[in-house]
Amino acid sequence: MTDEPAAVVDRDSRRVARRFGSTRRPWAAGAAVLCLRYGILLVLAVIFLGPWLYLFSTSLKTPDAVLAYPPQWIPQTFDWNNYVLAVTRIPYVLYLRNTLFLVGVNVVGQLLSCSLVAYSLACIDWAGRRILFIGILATLMLPTQVTLIPLYIIFSQLHWVNTFLPLTVPSFFGNAAYIFLLRQFFLTVSRDVSEAARLDGASDLRIYWSIVMPLAWPALVTVAILVATATYNDFVGPLVYLTDSSLWTLSLGLNGFIGTRGSDIGALMAATILYALPALVLFLSAQRVYLRGITLQNFGRT
Amino acid sequence: MRQSVPFPAPRRRFLTLSRRRVITGLLFASPWIVGFLCFTLYPMAASFYYSLTDYSLIHPPVWIGTGNYTQIVADPDFWTSLGNTLFMVIFDVPVYTLLSFLVALALNQPVRGLPIFRTLFMLPWVMPAAASATLFIIIFNPDYGLLNSALDALNIMGPSWIYDATWAKPSLILMDLWTTGFGAVLFLAAMQGIPSELYEAASLDGAGAWTRTLRITVPLVSPVTLYSLIIGLIAIFGYFAQAYIFTSSAGNGAGPDNSLLFYMVNLYNAAFRYLRMGYASALAWILFAITLLASLLLLWSSRHWAYYEGESR
Repeated sequence: MTDEPAAVVDRDSRRVARRFGSTRRPWAAGAAVLCLRYGILLVLAVIFLGPWLYLFSTSLKTPDAVLAYPPQWIPQTFDWNNYVLAVTRIPYVLYLRNTLFLVGVNVVGQLLSCSLVAYSLACIDWAGRRILFIGILATLMLPTQVTLIPLYIIFSQLHWVNTFLPLTVPSFFGNAAYIFLLRQFFLTVSRDVSEAARLDGASDLRIYWSIVMPLAWPALVTVAILVATATYNDFVGPLVYLTDSSLWTLSLGLNGFIGTRGSDIGALMAATILYALPALVLFLSAQRVYLRGITLQNFGRT
Repeated sequence: MRQSVPFPAPRRRFLTLSRRRVITGLLFASPWIVGFLCFTLYPMAASFYYSLTDYSLIHPPVWIGTGNYTQIVADPDFWTSLGNTLFMVIFDVPVYTLLSFLVALALNQPVRGLPIFRTLFMLPWVMPAAASATLFIIIFNPDYGLLNSALDALNIMGPSWIYDATWAKPSLILMDLWTTGFGAVLFLAAMQGIPSELYEAASLDGAGAWTRTLRITVPLVSPVTLYSLIIGLIAIFGYFAQAYIFTSSAGNGAGPDNSLLFYMVNLYNAAFRYLRMGYASALAWILFAITLLASLLLLWSSRHWAYYEGESR
């Protein structure tokens, strides 16, 4: 899926070039165009990659090297001690555990709730499912800012502030975007299989769990990764609900680390790397999933 | 068929097949329905009620009618935060969209290794907001940061960026523009969907690269342009996490001379620093109204410039 469009463009434009361009154009001009094409892309790649590389290199610098001018892209000595400081100055392992706990619960919650709702929309032929579907899509447009304060009030009246409950319980009630994604996939699951099972007397719960869910695993993996990323990156939710620092997530812990105001830029950058790296690895290993998620959010609504 | 079923008749009349299906359908959909009522509909109604009260969480809400709204309009911080946010919307959103388009143009060329470039270009977007904000605090450091060192090499005296009231917002815009690779991927997908026959026909008619881009590419990717502008608009009106991280490191929560006091920062301070829940709810509704109005304006204007295939006009 990722390679195909590039190949198509390549073939088409080469055909165009052969027919209209290269016969008239001298060889040198063609080379110049080629250089320009790759040159622009390389400059852009440097700009986009630069801060990531700067982050890596600064995380290995001694305090002196951080202040050095001109900045060193490859530090003279690799100060791995920054990473030790990063995980000891702040209770890094605790924050990591809190974060992973939230990620795990949210993934399970969203997978269960969204797939049930998507099954209702895609696989059960009932009056009113169309209206429900439109209603779910409509909530995509609602602003989260308006519900932020009343939700905080509700959760504080339930004495849920400074627990993980406000950041986990809502995930068991579905999310419009993920429901939409799963519904689209469930629609492609062969109707014959589920109809046959239904004739054999299988209940909807049985069909959902034993037939549709196993067949829909690519879509479930997509949702799981999108939910995991959103939970892992979330800053505002934990900021509002977790004031007790023993419950902090990595995003809050990192912000707290800036607040300690040490001169240890290297250690701060090491902590930043340790927080950003899992997101990077997940992206690189499941790039297609993100692209699918983006195009869903992009064109799913039209 | 009915006679052959051994169940008692009255039961069958109530639970016809279609009714049973409705019940099953509702049961399966119940997580979302319950969640919508508890976590969306009720909170929105409650929020509107709170916006008409004075409520500090400790004492029960006291009805004050439109008091919060008149106080907001009289509060200079509200106008500062609105101005700062509008500055971001006006300068960040269009520039982000334009740069995304240009980066996508650079990608939409017959080059080898396109998937690799695309992956590289998306990496800034992958970095979690809290991490990139932390990184950019260091990059923007006037003394040893990457940006001023680079400017120094060009013999340009760099400003103090986030520590300077004039440059603080442009700094945040620069940080945001770093993620244009993400927008570019959206545009690229649309560009690759344009049939090459269109370009070939235009070339035969003598259209140059510039004309082809302007007359074919721009109109055909205009749905993505609209999408990018609207998503950007909504995101920037709700701009918070990065601003919070930048300003909490600076101490006062609003940046130099309140230059980073954005709408959501002001709202957050009202709600969670000063526990003025009613006041903050009113702020939220005003933000909702402004965002909705701006989005509708954009949508309305898009009738004149966004092109949808198969549309006859």
